[in-house]
Amino acid sequence: MTTVNLPSSVGVEATVNSGSLGAVGTWLTTTDHKRIGRLFIGTAALWLLAFVGVGVLLGFERIDSKAFTLNEGMMTQLFAASKTLATYGVMIPLMLGLAIALVPTQVGSRALMFARNAMLGYCLWAIGSSLVVASLLANGGPGGGEAKMVDLYLLGLALLIVGVLAASVSVIATVISARTAGTDLADVSTFSWSALIGATSLVLTLPVTLGTLIYVAVDHHYTRIAFGGNVGISKWLGWSMTQPQTFLYIIPAVGILAELAPVVARKAQPLRGGVFVGIGLISVALLGSVTQNVHGLAWTGTIVDKAKSFVPYALFNLLPILGIVVVLGLALIALKSDSIKMISPFIPAFLGGGMILTAMLGNAVQLISSANLSGTVFEEGVLIYISYGSVLVAWAGVAYWGPTLWGRMLPAKAVVGIGALGFIGTVLAALPMLIAGFADQQSDSVKDFDYSGPAKLWNGVSTIGHALFALCVIVGIAAAIKSFATGERVSGNPWVDGGAQ
Amino acid sequence: MTASVERVLPAGPATSARHPLFIATGSVVAAGTMLMFGMLAVWFKFRDASPLRVGKNGKMIHDWLPADLKIPEVATNTLAITMVIAAIMGQWAVYSAKRKDSQHTTLALFITGMVGVAAINAQVAIYKQMGTVLADGAYQTMFYAITGTMLFLLCTGVAFSLVAAFRVLGGRVTDRAVVTAHAMYWYFLTTAFTAMWFVLYVQK
Repeated sequence: MTTVNLPSSVGVEATVNSGSLGAVGTWLTTTDHKRIGRLFIGTAALWLLAFVGVGVLLGFERIDSKAFTLNEGMMTQLFAASKTLATYGVMIPLMLGLAIALVPTQVGSRALMFARNAMLGYCLWAIGSSLVVASLLANGGPGGGEAKMVDLYLLGLALLIVGVLAASVSVIATVISARTAGTDLADVSTFSWSALIGATSLVLTLPVTLGTLIYVAVDHHYTRIAFGGNVGISKWLGWSMTQPQTFLYIIPAVGILAELAPVVARKAQPLRGGVFVGIGLISVALLGSVTQNVHGLAWTGTIVDKAKSFVPYALFNLLPILGIVVVLGLALIALKSDSIKMISPFIPAFLGGGMILTAMLGNAVQLISSANLSGTVFEEGVLIYISYGSVLVAWAGVAYWGPTLWGRMLPAKAVVGIGALGFIGTVLAALPMLIAGFADQQSDSVKDFDYSGPAKLWNGVSTIGHALFALCVIVGIAAAIKSFATGERVSGNPWVDGGAQ
Repeated sequence: MTASVERVLPAGPATSARHPLFIATGSVVAAGTMLMFGMLAVWFKFRDASPLRVGKNGKMIHDWLPADLKIPEVATNTLAITMVIAAIMGQWAVYSAKRKDSQHTTLALFITGMVGVAAINAQVAIYKQMGTVLADGAYQTMFYAITGTMLFLLCTGVAFSLVAAFRVLGGRVTDRAVVTAHAMYWYFLTTAFTAMWFVLYVQK
């Protein structure tokens, strides 16, 4: 194999230029996996700000279902923005960025395989996501009134999916083919394993989205008869922005949690193979999502009817829960140790993992037909749980691997404080939506919901939760920029060698 | 200080990646397979949802392919055979590369590329013979979307063939990874096209 992938250092040295333009050029042509990963994480942080901002706006509009400050077209676009940003703008790039930055180091490779391909992936994703946001702002998302902007939204979505796929291929190739000689796939770290499973899941599901997207885009641009034009976008592509597909996007988050538990316990993970199986079980969700159907549980009819409904429901929605329960259970077994020494990143990782588990349980409840939760804000609550939960875990990952990526530490108080506050924000933002879902508050709407319950309270509390989370994001980004630019320098592994907390 | 330096082990050998191009191409092939079969699944969905009408032989058939639209079967069948030839040429390149036969490897790769160009030409000929335009209806929209995607994939295959051929021509005869990955990619293209051919042009 003579394909040359320059090691990080070579890539950096070769492109050192003077001045700010040179610095930008260095970053945009880098083959350094840490830089590519940081580019993904940094840009995702910007979209995260936009995502929580949209959450606050929508929550504010919902407090009073009769009074509005924004027009209806803008509302439709904000709901579309919320789902698009949560999935393609935040969850996927955060996890992919961490994987790109860390996997080569963890498997003992000098460089990411096909680093230029990963960098191309970043550029496509960044351009695509920018186009998506621009088109949403110009009333061009699903259900949007500006036809050309809707075309732009679909083009942007296609570009970012191709970008994510390109970067995922690099992660897969690195874990499978660039491990240190003599190491088995079973020897890789749990995060690298989860990155492999997560990237593979993306490679197997996102092309299905892309295929449907091509149909929808061609139909929208030329005829608008087969796929419902702008209104049909959500119907045909919505599955890639909701559960169980989102379970696949956060698989590396579960890997981060599984990686931190043994560090806290100061001992090897017992039943390590079980953790790998648990992470693999979550990916079973891909079989359900690529069918582009909702696999709900209708407990009616004959025993055969019940079985026909239960088997796919359990396979695609309950097995992923079993997977995360196995990982969390084994993490707790690891923590049954006399030598526990808490480290700050574990707090947000554990809380975020709990939020992800709650989302999975919520999804399982939502799909029970007799619960009558379809089309209610319950689904939005689940999406908030899983997206904000994954952000908390990513925050833990950034704090834990900060010394590896930036050579500096985040202050323990900031890590724990922002993590705990983010947890409270997540619960406040999502839980009222679950309750309001039981009260039949319809989803994707800010008006005309009227039910016998304290609607203003639920929506008000949810808005406060979003605002609190937005505050955490702003403070978190500020703390990260400050700490990674001027913070305490560290070398080696401070969590094991240096006694960092 | 000197003593601590002496205790430091020398750096280990650089890790040699094991078939990264093959793995990466395999991932791309998996993604491409999901793309094409996902599109075919949506095609099935629309075809099954179309109303029934009486066919030429008196049997009830789905009113999916417009009655006035004729599939040019000679061209489509020729295209299917062309794709099989491309896969065989790709495998010939691997066979020759294993024997360090640069002449035959280059020849096989160029033929693969040329056969790919022929396949693209055949698809364009099918468009012309069918004489339908994209905006004519749901069938036409989906037909152009799926065959257009296949056409794009064929173009990437031709580009892959040319890159591989020029690498061998440039002296990288012992570099079998690219040639093997190239063959795998053409196997995928042939499989994906055959599935599409059967659904669109045989089953209709």
